[in-house]
Amino acid sequence: MNFLATIGAVVLAFFGHLGRLTIFTATAVSHCVRPPFYPRLIGKQMVDIGYYSLPVVGLTAIFSGMVLALQSYTGFARFSAESAIANVVVISLTRELGPVLAGLMVAGRIGASMAAEIGTMRVTEQIDALTTLSTNPFKYLVAPRLIAGLLTLPALVLVADIIGVFGGYMVAVYKLDFNAGIYLSNTVEFLEPLDVISGLVKAAAFGFIIALMGCYSGYHSKGGAQGVGTATTNAVVSSSILILTFNYVITELFFGT
Amino acid sequence: MTAPKIRLKDVKKSFGEKKVLDGVTLDIAKGESVVVIGGSGTGKSVLLKCILGILLADSGVIEVDGQDVTHRRPADREAVNRKFGMLFQGGALFDSLPVWENVAFGLIQAEHMPRKVAKEKAIETLAKVGLSADVAELLPVELSGGMQKRVGLARAIASSPEIVFFDEPTTGLDPIMGDVINDLIVSTVRKQGITALSITHDMHSAKKIGDRITMLHQGKLIWVGDAKIVDASGNEYVDQFVHGRADGPIKMQVRR
Repeated sequence: MNFLATIGAVVLAFFGHLGRLTIFTATAVSHCVRPPFYPRLIGKQMVDIGYYSLPVVGLTAIFSGMVLALQSYTGFARFSAESAIANVVVISLTRELGPVLAGLMVAGRIGASMAAEIGTMRVTEQIDALTTLSTNPFKYLVAPRLIAGLLTLPALVLVADIIGVFGGYMVAVYKLDFNAGIYLSNTVEFLEPLDVISGLVKAAAFGFIIALMGCYSGYHSKGGAQGVGTATTNAVVSSSILILTFNYVITELFFGT
Repeated sequence: MTAPKIRLKDVKKSFGEKKVLDGVTLDIAKGESVVVIGGSGTGKSVLLKCILGILLADSGVIEVDGQDVTHRRPADREAVNRKFGMLFQGGALFDSLPVWENVAFGLIQAEHMPRKVAKEKAIETLAKVGLSADVAELLPVELSGGMQKRVGLARAIASSPEIVFFDEPTTGLDPIMGDVINDLIVSTVRKQGITALSITHDMHSAKKIGDRITMLHQGKLIWVGDAKIVDASGNEYVDQFVHGRADGPIKMQVRR
């Protein structure tokens, strides 16, 4: 009987959590599209998410591109299909690795920091203070982060795509002795606009998810330092899982048969 | 007859099985300063949060200037909240903003005052609580506890609110700084004709800043009276609390 009660409690907690997240999302989105807007705060968040994530995302992208070129060469050489390396590198990066790796890196860096900042504001009553100063916490704290996440991650992924392709180019040309001109022309020739567009749509969705889960976890944190720590962990874990889930869903929408 | 500034009628609030407020009834007149005393965890902060709309009361009526605000969410009551200022127990200063921006926050965000003008007003308000203009550019983390309370007080009164709540204004301060804060509260409240509702454990502070004192115990206001007679209230609960005795009708749950 206790076993069934435990399962019941877990299921109820899950649906409670889901309900709270749905209401939080709907409220947050409604505040994103209604004035007043806070361009100053949106700009600050865009710099935090985009500019300060550039080194870590750039490094991830360049090494991913390099490894991809090297691994593809090892595999494709068995079938004398080395010429397809440029194609594999650019399509893998723009469609999948660019948005997913950038999303996961930003989830670790920005999702955690949003949850910690808003969580600390919650447990030190700063969010209550906003209310007493006639400022809606959703409008002031959540909406600017969601808008910045949605707009900035596609730009970040676009840069990551270029850096990743450059990493593949370096390995192909300087290590595997490919002709630079042919490699570049293969890269451009096989790249379809939809490859890039699908990656950017994924990036926008991932940016929204990261900001949403960071804000949600922080907003609902309680119990002091431990609560803020839990909120930070929850933000990173939940946004990482949602990124991988939505990666499949969006891929299915664009390329599913 | 004019309506009281704040009226609470049979306000109840529970968290799960725990009844925190169990029928609180209180009228606070315009310009009056009322202090709620009571032990830790008796629901004093919950009472303030219910009036501010940060928490919603389960039942009862909360009126501000005769207007029923009981079940209005914070988003729907921004106009009502403009009447309020609040000094939080821990200060609740925004740690990413400099002192002047903390003080001017309500002026910039809610009243849309230009930043330059708001900064001048913030420095003026800081002077009222005895802080110099040098402090304006510092971050809250660079201030002592007493200075943070003063900044919190400056933020609470910067928008010239009609009602100010003080949540444990002297907690964590040395007796001298505590008294400085009490004096500042008394002078700002009297000078600006503000209606004040304070909660505190500190009886010296309660007697100094309150016109009336009331005690919250087990969710109910068990005594309300003039601050001058609190030492001779005739209520054994109030008497035990005021004199800080372990023996008496209030039993603290201590595990051994």
